[in-house]
Amino acid sequence: MVRILIPPTLRKLCGGEDTVQVRARTVGEVIGQLQVRFNGVRDRLCDDQGRIRGSVLVYVNDEDIRFLQAHRTPLKPGDEVSIIPAFAGG
Amino acid sequence: MSNSEGYMKALKCRECGHEYPLGATHVCEFDFGPLEVAYDYDRIRKTLNRDVICSRPKNMWRYRELLPIAGEPTVGREVGYTPLIRADRLARRLGIRELWIKNDAVNYPTLSFKDRVVSVALSRSVELGFQTVACASTGNLANSVAANAAAAGLNCFVFIPHDLEQGKVVNSLVYGASVIGIRGHYDEVNRLCAEIAGKYPWAFVNVNMRPYYAEGSKSMGFEIQEQLGWRIPEHTVVCMASGSLLTKIHKSYQEFSKLGIVPQTPWKIHGAQATGCNPITQAQKAGLDFFKPQKPNTIAKSLAIGTPADGFYALRVMKETGGAGDDVTDDEIREGIRLLAECEGIFAETAGGVTVGVAKKLIASGKIAADSSAVLCITGNGLKTLDAVVGHVGQPRDIKPSLREFEALLSRENPELVSA
Repeated sequence: MVRILIPPTLRKLCGGEDTVQVRARTVGEVIGQLQVRFNGVRDRLCDDQGRIRGSVLVYVNDEDIRFLQAHRTPLKPGDEVSIIPAFAGG
Repeated sequence: MSNSEGYMKALKCRECGHEYPLGATHVCEFDFGPLEVAYDYDRIRKTLNRDVICSRPKNMWRYRELLPIAGEPTVGREVGYTPLIRADRLARRLGIRELWIKNDAVNYPTLSFKDRVVSVALSRSVELGFQTVACASTGNLANSVAANAAAAGLNCFVFIPHDLEQGKVVNSLVYGASVIGIRGHYDEVNRLCAEIAGKYPWAFVNVNMRPYYAEGSKSMGFEIQEQLGWRIPEHTVVCMASGSLLTKIHKSYQEFSKLGIVPQTPWKIHGAQATGCNPITQAQKAGLDFFKPQKPNTIAKSLAIGTPADGFYALRVMKETGGAGDDVTDDEIREGIRLLAECEGIFAETAGGVTVGVAKKLIASGKIAADSSAVLCITGNGLKTLDAVVGHVGQPRDIKPSLREFEALLSRENPELVSA
């Protein structure tokens, strides 16, 4: 299982949960699994072409997936995926 | 003020326009777009004009209808109205007709432009009932949140990269704030703060309070226009970390011209970064409207944000106004610091060296025309980043308290000055 940290922005849609466990081998599969469980999540995170929005940052074990393999970044059991709004800081 | 939220109407998503109540929230639920404060400009137009502004004390709150708090400010009431200096000696060195320095290195109370954003964010936090405030910071923001929170009696946590300049660290600790050093880059500090903000009911000035916080930067632009004699400068050079300041200076010119407070004349906004962290200027120079994230490596630690939140919007402002972007190396940053110090007697931090260094390049390349007028935004004080210049500005010559020794030294170094 992979542990997903849900940002406040998505919690209403995710039944108020702040963390969710899913079975997934890649970041792309995480989004797919979240969509199955909480209908609508994919549209919030991805644009019309299915790409993760520029306004969304995804980290796997504290590393920005844009420095890894983006949505194809592989996951193993026990990994932590954090979803963060990009518009913060500075 | 005639209604409970002052001149604010709502928080509004910059991307899809969805509106939200004026609470502590910063992104749209539907597309994660940034929320911005929407104002009632029709009411503001009836209230705010040059005479009203001039009748008020010389601080940033003289433009308070355009700053996002509901009532009177309770934190940072004396912030702003820093000097705008006509910089003729530096102008000659850089080869431009008219040059001005907006000097936030002497902003009150913590010597950087961050006092502007913090006074808005904390005043709004008090209005919303928060008792604990926090931030993710490259240093200056932490200093300002720590100082202003202390003065307001608020609990304070500041999160910084663990390897900041000592001056920036001590300047947060002294106010009694909880200073948490994170072993990582600013971008990692920022991510952690987003996670903490999702769990603890605190006012993170640049996370959940960001729509209010960011608006405070406009006051630097309002002051520039007023101090220039109610006009918009042809060229403005702004250093970029997240890129937020650049977008808000632009917005200040838009708002004053839209409200008829200054004549609508064309302006160009130019962005400055360090070569060791240049995601925005790299994209600008390549003609892209999006940036690639970077891992920063520069002495300009206050600008070391590899994933700049407002990078996209800063690129758009440069493009729309016809401005340019450029970046400078660590050596050019130090040279910029010295140029400003030696020509104008202003000791800026590394970010100021970036602004001066980039202005020099843009003037030399003709992107800022030699016969034009420019304002350089200096955002922080050199006394906080001594580490970056120690060993690069010479050493004092130690001698005995002896006239003979002094004259021996003078005849070696400045023989033309020796008195017979």
